[in-house]
Amino acid sequence: MIRDITIGQYYPAKSVIHRLDPRVKIVCTLLFLISLFLQNSILGYVIATLFLGAVICASRVPLKFIVKGLKPVIMLLMITVLFNLFLTREGSELIHIWIFRITDKGLRIAVYMAIRLTYLIMGSSIMTFTTTPNSLTDGIEKLLHPLNKIKVPVHEVAMMMSIALRFIPILLEETDKIMKAQIARGADLESGNIIQKAKAMIPILVPLFVSAFRRANDLAMAMEARCYRGGDGRTKMKPLVYHGRDRAAYVVTVAYMVLIFCVGRYVPFHIWIF
Amino acid sequence: MSIKLEHINYIYSPGTAYEKQALKDISLEIKQGEFVGIIGHTGSGKSTLIQHFNGLMKATSGALYYDGKNIYETGYNMKELRSQVGLVFQYPEHQLFEVDVISDVCFGPKNQGLSQEECEKRAKEALELVGFPEKYYKQSPFELSGGQKRRAAIAGVLAMRPKVLVLDEPTAGLDPRGRDEILDQIEYLHKNTNMTVILVSHSMEDIARYVDRIIVMNHGEKMFDDVPKAVFAHYRELEKVGLAAPQVTYIMHALKAHGMDVHTDATTVEEAAEEIMRSFHD
Repeated sequence: MIRDITIGQYYPAKSVIHRLDPRVKIVCTLLFLISLFLQNSILGYVIATLFLGAVICASRVPLKFIVKGLKPVIMLLMITVLFNLFLTREGSELIHIWIFRITDKGLRIAVYMAIRLTYLIMGSSIMTFTTTPNSLTDGIEKLLHPLNKIKVPVHEVAMMMSIALRFIPILLEETDKIMKAQIARGADLESGNIIQKAKAMIPILVPLFVSAFRRANDLAMAMEARCYRGGDGRTKMKPLVYHGRDRAAYVVTVAYMVLIFCVGRYVPFHIWIF
Repeated sequence: MSIKLEHINYIYSPGTAYEKQALKDISLEIKQGEFVGIIGHTGSGKSTLIQHFNGLMKATSGALYYDGKNIYETGYNMKELRSQVGLVFQYPEHQLFEVDVISDVCFGPKNQGLSQEECEKRAKEALELVGFPEKYYKQSPFELSGGQKRRAAIAGVLAMRPKVLVLDEPTAGLDPRGRDEILDQIEYLHKNTNMTVILVSHSMEDIARYVDRIIVMNHGEKMFDDVPKAVFAHYRELEKVGLAAPQVTYIMHALKAHGMDVHTDATTVEEAAEEIMRSFHD
């Protein structure tokens, strides 16, 4: 029932992208997201599309899966596009019906916004599809390590993140189980107005909270039993080490950034399709 | 009130990387008043199978008839089916949510649309059936011991007065005494109300002691479906799929191998004792 959410999910496959160091993936994803907002020309978007397409191909994650991840944000996307389309007053008028006015600039901004948001989500979902939550938090911890100097508890934050991520599938499963158990007792979760529906959630939420606290308690106990005491002096069993492919990935991404930047800056002609 | 499955297949997450066929062409019939045991190693499809009995999971293909009616037909009253086929999940105490035990047990009957009085009457009846002490009726279910929680949760299903009771490992995590008490009460229910009971268990001893028929699941397929003696005669094959026969079966085989003239088909301690005594007398 609630297991159809693909955003933030890991897709197991054997690919170069899967094997990359998580730090590389985080940094390169960030760079890619920045690149989307650095330029404003058709040529720039063509380059971004090629880059994203190449990464998707290399990741061996089916495109169907990545597109599915767009579903939850489709409303947001529509609202952004419509607002930009109808509320931009600058530029020359293309269509004017009643109070709705569409200008060429509005149309351009709307289309670019749609592409940017779509690529933003696709780019970041490639990262989560190819990186397990654990190695992702490992990467974040290592990247943020310098912040330790200004007394930011990086390790603790990373540990909290990885526990939270680890518990998402467990709690989803638990919710599924409790829902089924209550449906088996005749609970009606679908019909009724909004208040009745909210009330119908009580038999699910109470056991879910109880179980979340129980699990948290058990986990804390298990961690203490293994002498966990935070990040000070803690070493890793599998420390992150850069390999040749990671350096290559950095080079490719930086080259892409330079290219995008140059196109945005120095290619003087903007080729518009309309 | 029989449950009849015809060529049931179930596939998890079809079309994704996680695709898995959990049930393969299952056909079986469970008649009213039977006491059936379902065994199988972890991941063999037992839990998936029993969730088909009350329509919580819908088969990818195949048909399921309850009382002669196909439950997958449009317009079939699933709610009615679920009150007739009561399903007790593993660790059912995790579903408790109300402020006191009696209101929690009332949840099922209330969903059936019964009056408050009738609900409480049924709740008390169900709590009595599982041997839940009356002094705890008004206590919060979260303050009870593990065994009492389990009883309260089973009562929550029994209060709906199902004709078929399906239990998924009702004794997991209980001490031997709690286990025997709960199983004895289920047997009592079965004998006195002619309720169909379907029991999923990992304990061959429990299964051998209570059920009239065993269904063995292996990798989503039905491997054996017979009376306990016949199923446990295949103990070598059962071992290959991660199961076993009751310990007494092994003892009887060992005795026979050492030259004692006994039949090896005893599945409970009582039967074995009788058989050994008989061989001494002969």
